[in-house]
Amino acid sequence: MNKPLSRRKLIHAGLATAAGASGLAAAARLADRYGLIPPDHNGIYGIGETLTYASQRLLMTRHSLAREFNRSQISKVFPVNGDPPADDTYGRLLARRFADWRLAVDGLVARPALYSLADLKSYPSRSQITEQACEEGWSSIAEWTGVPLAYVLNLAGILSRAKYVVYFSFQKDWWDSIDLAEALHPQTLLAYAMNGQELSTGHGAPVRMRVARQLGYKSVKYLSRITVTDNIKAFGQGLGSASPEGGYSWYAGI
Amino acid sequence: MGPLSDSIVVRPVPHNAVVRATHWINALSFLGLLVSGIAILLAHPRLYWGETGSVGTPSLVDLPLPFVLTGQSGWGRYLHFLSAWVCVFNGVFYLLGAKPGFAAYQRPQRIAYAVVVFTLFPLMIWTGLAMSPAVASVFPALVDDLGGQQSARTIHFFVASALVLFLLGHVFMVYRAGFLSHVRGMITGHIAATGERA
Repeated sequence: MNKPLSRRKLIHAGLATAAGASGLAAAARLADRYGLIPPDHNGIYGIGETLTYASQRLLMTRHSLAREFNRSQISKVFPVNGDPPADDTYGRLLARRFADWRLAVDGLVARPALYSLADLKSYPSRSQITEQACEEGWSSIAEWTGVPLAYVLNLAGILSRAKYVVYFSFQKDWWDSIDLAEALHPQTLLAYAMNGQELSTGHGAPVRMRVARQLGYKSVKYLSRITVTDNIKAFGQGLGSASPEGGYSWYAGI
Repeated sequence: MGPLSDSIVVRPVPHNAVVRATHWINALSFLGLLVSGIAILLAHPRLYWGETGSVGTPSLVDLPLPFVLTGQSGWGRYLHFLSAWVCVFNGVFYLLGAKPGFAAYQRPQRIAYAVVVFTLFPLMIWTGLAMSPAVASVFPALVDDLGGQQSARTIHFFVASALVLFLLGHVFMVYRAGFLSHVRGMITGHIAATGERA
């Protein structure tokens, strides 16, 4: 015995819906302005991704540091996933022990430049013993040494419009990106050494990204180029990295 | 009727709308968490204790499951977090809005439900957050107090297994008490044992 909806109830429901919708729209605009929406925010999974990314970014506004460990906790076994790049360019660079390797830094920087391995090693270095959790479930601890990405970005003169740092690998079709909060984080390294040794081919020689607060797949190996951008949609399918194109989330702080 | 069936008879108390709505949303989110959790687990069905663990290091348990390395953990993780958010919002709504008729249940049932709501679910959330390197950077105690990243993962697995056991027991008791009438009751709010209509 349902009563027909009264006009008053209809008006209230309509007003509530309009208020809810405009509230959501305002929240979305605010979230976008403060960089709380990940590039892979589309679809039903995008709702969960946005909630996770936004809440973790709000939690981490103070540049919290990933946990660091003692030397005695360094893993004796550190698995290698995947094979080194099979292409000729990488093979030639490896044959000359990366003497000819150059890291290109371009995009929204005042001074686009090419950096040699010797250049990177001449800059102030940072060493940290951190854990790398693989998305598969295993995790290992190693000491990583490199130059903070923030140092190189400042050297190149990162422009204030910059929003993302995109990085490419010699591995075919493999690239990723991080937001500025992660790129300027003190533990985000262009790592050239692991446990006091030059990076092995398996672990990403000559230089890999190390993103300490995210899963291992963000720490792309075999770096070839870094591009600073304010328009992440312009890269690949516009989802922020190769990972979402293969079904994996762009943000991997999990 | 034997003593067992006596002990699982539920007095027909109609559930209020919040209990009914959150029950089914919870059922959906739990299904999402379980299916996606299995997809993630199968990428590395070995459990460790402590901070680290990988192939080549000693395991705590080698689950008799295959390693599935065909990218199933990608959608698995997307679905896991979407379902987790639904589960958490729904759980908060339940705790704030539901007035479950606990008095209608017998002591063992009350204890079981209280353990699920106030111990197992919070443990799932704690161990889940502890596995996030980002969250751990803000609250390192979340993972340190559990003994490390791999301990958190292992506890997450065993508590999930306990929840699945609870679910099986729950469905079995509903079956024993009259499956269709109870499912109908949880949808409509009416206990229509004798065809009565409220």
